[in-house]
Amino acid sequence: MTNPLLQLEGVHTHIGAYHILQGVDLQVAHGEMTVLLGRNGAGKTTTLRTIMGLWSPSRGSVRFEGQDVGARQTPDVARLGIAYVPENMGIFADLTVRENMILAARGARRIEDVDPKRLGWIFGLFPAMKKFWQHPAGLLSGGQKQMLAVARAIVEPRKLLLIDEPSKGLAPAIIQNMIAAFRELKQTDTTILLVEQNFNFARQLGDRVAVMDNGRVVHAGPMAALAEDEKLQQSLLGLSLGAHQ
Amino acid sequence: MSSPAAAVPASDALPAVRTDRLPLLLVPVLALAALPLTGSFSTWVTLTFAGLAMGMIIFIIASGLTLVFGLMDVLNFGHGVFITLGAFLATTVLGAMSGWTESESLLRNLGAVFPAILAAMAVAGIVGLAYERIIIRPVYGQPLKQILITMGGMIVGEELIKVVWGPESVPLPLPAAFRGSFIFGEAAVEKYRIAAVVVGLAVFAVLYWVLSRTKVGLLIRAGVHDREMVESMGYRIKRLFIGVFIAGSALAGLGGVLWGLYQQGVTPQIGSQVNVLLFIVIIIGGLGSVGGCFLGALMVGLMANYTGFLAPKVALFSNILLMVLVLVWRPRGLYAVVNR
Repeated sequence: MTNPLLQLEGVHTHIGAYHILQGVDLQVAHGEMTVLLGRNGAGKTTTLRTIMGLWSPSRGSVRFEGQDVGARQTPDVARLGIAYVPENMGIFADLTVRENMILAARGARRIEDVDPKRLGWIFGLFPAMKKFWQHPAGLLSGGQKQMLAVARAIVEPRKLLLIDEPSKGLAPAIIQNMIAAFRELKQTDTTILLVEQNFNFARQLGDRVAVMDNGRVVHAGPMAALAEDEKLQQSLLGLSLGAHQ
Repeated sequence: MSSPAAAVPASDALPAVRTDRLPLLLVPVLALAALPLTGSFSTWVTLTFAGLAMGMIIFIIASGLTLVFGLMDVLNFGHGVFITLGAFLATTVLGAMSGWTESESLLRNLGAVFPAILAAMAVAGIVGLAYERIIIRPVYGQPLKQILITMGGMIVGEELIKVVWGPESVPLPLPAAFRGSFIFGEAAVEKYRIAAVVVGLAVFAVLYWVLSRTKVGLLIRAGVHDREMVESMGYRIKRLFIGVFIAGSALAGLGGVLWGLYQQGVTPQIGSQVNVLLFIVIIIGGLGSVGGCFLGALMVGLMANYTGFLAPKVALFSNILLMVLVLVWRPRGLYAVVNR
């Protein structure tokens, strides 16, 4: 991959006494969706949090657009154009959907300051956001909260989206809606690094895949190759695609 | 950008927007429960106004404290020093303007009180900035050290205040226009207590407006709920915290002026004496909640006055009992907002 947007080289992260990331090498190309797969505890969430500066790498480099961001504070990382959707969605439950969106639009003081075309596009992707615009976000269903979390991440143009397990806990119908929304998003050339455990979800969206185990990336390559190779899936993920269809 | 494609099932209906109003009933219930115990309606009216005035002043002081805890988990046991500072500054400013405070003209009285309030808020805010940098900043995320060092800060602050104003009590008489009472039927309501209620309501209205209508207010509320997410959106929450700390210190300074005038005298211990009530109030209200703090302060003010009249020996205990009862009902306080 030449000139990737995001590049991690030999990244180690310790959380207290625990050595979670043990030399992660990962590249995310411009305009592609890279999916990070792996079992629970493999280090996927820690990788995203390390990129965001929520945990500091103890060794290795995190480069975004060629510059080392490993030592930067979280707000400074976000200001480079990186949006983060955490596993718990990070919704401000006491604030309305509208207020959540105002906060996500860092350059806006009021919702009127947000690009109306972009807002209309988001309402098209996630109609529930328009419907429940003035409702407290805490009252939304799990799927609607996930939509709000993604909507916040894209309310302003971003260079990179880091999204942690967007399908977690969602009903199959909602997952299909999320897949449709992500496909729509991909058409805008947005670069996405997606953490996922649901291989069927990942397979439908990813351009490239990286599989993690024990704090390292143990496989990286095109998603299509992994999707077609059941033996590789079995060895890397311990599953067969058929079981998830 | 292409056209919308994803659809959301129309059956995704939300539960109706519901405001948790039950805690709002606690203040009138407490007041009405005291009515048969006080013996006469006029006494009840007098005590109720006294309680509301005290509650408003405590709210002004405690509102900053609850936000400071909510945003950064900082337990500041030294908050009382800003109350003491504000009260002593009021003795200096109002003492220097005694010609104005002794005048029968309300305008001249206000012309003395406003500079005293401004001086108290400005100096308390500036000292708050220094306090945050020197005392709080080195102990972020270390609760035990916070308790010890902020208590130490309170002691040092008190001693420094003694150096400037002396260890003795300093009188702080009410301006002439605020002395005396309005008589409603047989009930006497002190003019100053009405003024304190008005100031308290004004501060609550301003805080409510800032927190609900401005982006800074949204950031504060969001930061109390989930500061990590606020930082992930690109906002520097430590700067926000410093701003809230300065504002909270300034409000404590304002509260000190009002509390000193309420007591009509100031001692170096005035802040530490109120500290216990402040923590009762913010725990009752729910840590980080300004609305809860408002209700908690009114309840504590009313309870202190009713029990002070009915059974003075259990006045402080009664507020601790009130806190225990609220926590049995709602273990995280009336309006819990802190999401950790």
